[in-house]
Amino acid sequence: MAGLPSETAAAAKSVEEKSSVVIRFAGDSGDGMQVAGMQFTNESALAGNDLSTLPDFPAEIRAPAGTLAGVSGFQLNFSSREVFTPGDELDVLVAMNPAALKANVADLRPNGILIVDSEAFTEHNLKKAEYTSNPLNDSSLDRFQVFSVDISKLTALALKDMNLSGRAVSRCKNFFALGLTSWMFHRPTEPTENFIRQRFRKTPELVEANIRVLKAGYNFGETTELFATSYEVKPARIEPGKYRNITGNTAIALGFVAAAQQAGVPLFLGSYPITPASDILHELAGLKNFGVATFQAEDEIAGIGAALGAAFGGAAAITTTSGPGMCLKAETINLAVSVELPIVICDIQRGGPSTGLPTKTEQGDLLMALYGRNSDSPVPVIAAATPADCFDAAFESVRIAIKYMTPVILLSDGYLANGSEPWRIPRVADLPYLQVRFRTDPEGFFPYLRDETTLARPWVVPGTPGLEHRIGGLEKEYLSGNVCYAPANHEQMVRVRARKIAGIIAEIPPTEVRGAPTGDLVVVGWGSTYGAIAAAVRELQQEGTAVSHVHLRYLNPLPADLGDVLKGFKKVLVPEMNLGQLVKVLRAEYLVDAVGVNKIQGLPFKVSEIANSIRRALEA
Amino acid sequence: MSTATVSSKPTRKDFVSDQDVRWCPGCGDYAILAQVQKVMPELGVPRENFVFISGIGCSSRFPYYMNTYGFHTIHGRAPAIASGLKAFRPDLSVWVATGDGDALSIGGNHFIHVLRRNLDINILLFNNRIYGLTKGQYSPTSEQGKITKSTPFGSVDYPFNPTAVALGADGTFVARSIDVEAKHLQDMLRRAYEHPGTAFIEILQNCNIFNDGAFAHLTEKDIKADHQLVLEHGKPLIFGKNRDKGIRLLGHALEVVALGSGISESDLLVHDERNSALGFLLSSMGPPQFPTPIGVFRAIERPTYESTLADQAVNAKQRLGEGNLEELLNRGDTWSVA
Repeated sequence: MAGLPSETAAAAKSVEEKSSVVIRFAGDSGDGMQVAGMQFTNESALAGNDLSTLPDFPAEIRAPAGTLAGVSGFQLNFSSREVFTPGDELDVLVAMNPAALKANVADLRPNGILIVDSEAFTEHNLKKAEYTSNPLNDSSLDRFQVFSVDISKLTALALKDMNLSGRAVSRCKNFFALGLTSWMFHRPTEPTENFIRQRFRKTPELVEANIRVLKAGYNFGETTELFATSYEVKPARIEPGKYRNITGNTAIALGFVAAAQQAGVPLFLGSYPITPASDILHELAGLKNFGVATFQAEDEIAGIGAALGAAFGGAAAITTTSGPGMCLKAETINLAVSVELPIVICDIQRGGPSTGLPTKTEQGDLLMALYGRNSDSPVPVIAAATPADCFDAAFESVRIAIKYMTPVILLSDGYLANGSEPWRIPRVADLPYLQVRFRTDPEGFFPYLRDETTLARPWVVPGTPGLEHRIGGLEKEYLSGNVCYAPANHEQMVRVRARKIAGIIAEIPPTEVRGAPTGDLVVVGWGSTYGAIAAAVRELQQEGTAVSHVHLRYLNPLPADLGDVLKGFKKVLVPEMNLGQLVKVLRAEYLVDAVGVNKIQGLPFKVSEIANSIRRALEA
Repeated sequence: MSTATVSSKPTRKDFVSDQDVRWCPGCGDYAILAQVQKVMPELGVPRENFVFISGIGCSSRFPYYMNTYGFHTIHGRAPAIASGLKAFRPDLSVWVATGDGDALSIGGNHFIHVLRRNLDINILLFNNRIYGLTKGQYSPTSEQGKITKSTPFGSVDYPFNPTAVALGADGTFVARSIDVEAKHLQDMLRRAYEHPGTAFIEILQNCNIFNDGAFAHLTEKDIKADHQLVLEHGKPLIFGKNRDKGIRLLGHALEVVALGSGISESDLLVHDERNSALGFLLSSMGPPQFPTPIGVFRAIERPTYESTLADQAVNAKQRLGEGNLEELLNRGDTWSVA
């Protein structure tokens, strides 16, 4: 803890060891709560904790200050044990104004720690937050440990000789909160100091100001008598290796770059900005020295169109979007199905229908991914389960697209996109090679001559002499690919396209059942519900119930043994952040009486919600 | 599928695919196809480096008849798909075949953006002022009041002028030709190929089934000279069977003048392809008051999208070094667990 008063003062205070802590920073969307949360996360990762994060912010860039609509929050669960979710209820809430308190206090557990910026509790702000009396002065917060700290004033005091504008001073106060909580939980502040130096490198006075305020917050915790106790969360015992903290969107971007490199073809992203997918575009746009090309198109359709054009030219082509963009891309996905070119469509799902909840999470696009195109249009669908898993899911999507010459839909969601967790960084030497063989031999060539095993057609790029050919969205003759309307040929083509995708089943690993292979109940999930289901099932298993967990990465095709696995359980429970989409598929495919557990609030499941639904199902 | 290797001197036949052409007999598309197949072998580009990309509509069947690489895509999206291909593969000669509905209705957005970006793509817009493939509804270039199956009381829409749209989208090469003007069309195709950047040619094309004679005034032997104005860079704007009429600039307006009786060639407007404002002005000409210009309205240079994109990659590699995946995966704060 270089540069900070050391352990002597702290030693006078008691230190309590905790196995895990859930903390949420909440304030106005302009208060820098996301930055504070991300930095606290980084500090915790470097402290060796396992962790999971949940940023939660409004769609408006700057909603009116002080209002409930403008509250932005960042939640983090850090632990000395394995962490599955950002946590159900809060141990600590940092509320920078009355609106932030009001919007979040219901999640704070009894006797939880509440840190508020008391100076923000003005009559004006209380009114905007629809408080009739000041909660700091009435007894409404009695069930919490309330630390009323004049963060605004202390921030201003720390900077008073610096001649900064009031606005600039105000923008530093998130680092006071971060400094204070860093002290409270023994977090190292060096990573944050480095971050501040980097972020404000063009304005040295802001580097100084923010570091000063960070330290002021830290020292305030250490020296003032207000805080008698600090807390220690020891490093978690996790798989050995080198780690970094990573969000789902960054992991997807890296997964694509890695896959393209392992395939030996350049990565081409065609995309149109959309929340919550844009960060993938941002990440990849900075990697031109990796041979990555990004094309910010005029719309969603052109985004995937450009990607498909690049795929025709021999690129590892991808497009990124969210629900409304998926609707627009459907026609081009179908063209890719018809011309059998490899492309990955990455859907970072958000609340819908229509514009819906742009910054909130949902799993509403599964049926669209599976079926949302005209005619019989089979497309492999892969879902990522955790932020770190996004890397593997992206890599796998590219692998399947290239191997089978098909569009692949990769499903993530807002929760995975912005949430983060420690990622064990793979060694490049351990990544598989993806074989790309552009056909160059004219001997015996037909554009739709299929590989006997995969049924993939050859990938021939323009510029290859002697293999000139035409592809298109009209139905094609089985071998030559020439336009063909013959009835039997059409059925043959529809069937072979379906058989090609169904055949991927041969390389999908057997279903992993977490828990006993048979029992009273199996919880089947897909995508980002992984953490909450895993934690809930573990809790129930510890209580001695015969509950198991199956989590699906491959939604199309489904694993070959899935039907048999499900039949080994008396009950099948399917939690989803939608009205019940996977559950319909399972019922249709396997004739099992699967039952849904559905939450459509723009927020991930809590562990307790799933645990309780399992208990209710077992009792029924 | 022909697998014959291209001989050192390619001919028209090398560019004819083995597919039967299925346009209606008498369609103007045949003439356009013939001129394209005539010009392609002269360009010195290996056949395998040509790619024809199209959308949907009669014109968009074009790639099937060219023995090059081809991609018949979806309605209106050819410029987007061509843009991705060209951005990724600058080595290819990419051509888009499109129509008035494909480019200006459903694909209007992609059309203006490809022009704005200035990818080195050649766009051939077959303008027949009607929807042919869907059997005769009015198109975005149909004249107002047009009676069609979908407009029995006459169309209400005001039409687009394709060259004006292309000029408005800051296209760097904008030209117009006519399906049956073989020599002129060949010249325009060559010019389009030579132009570094998006080259747009509006080709007035007769749909003899649903809109026959839409351009008769420009193609009928006896009268066409009085209605066509052939634009030539650096030359005065003269037209008419007897080359006795010209275009003069009066203030900010154009006027048709008769040569002789005090008005000589030196009074006429001289065409300048590099003058963007002039191109606009000329694109506004048409019947009944003016002749219809054909030729190059504008030919200016601006860096292409793909060259700037490639330069960025080169610069990034110079500045940051060739990307190293191991380093990328390990970027930022990391820690080790033993």
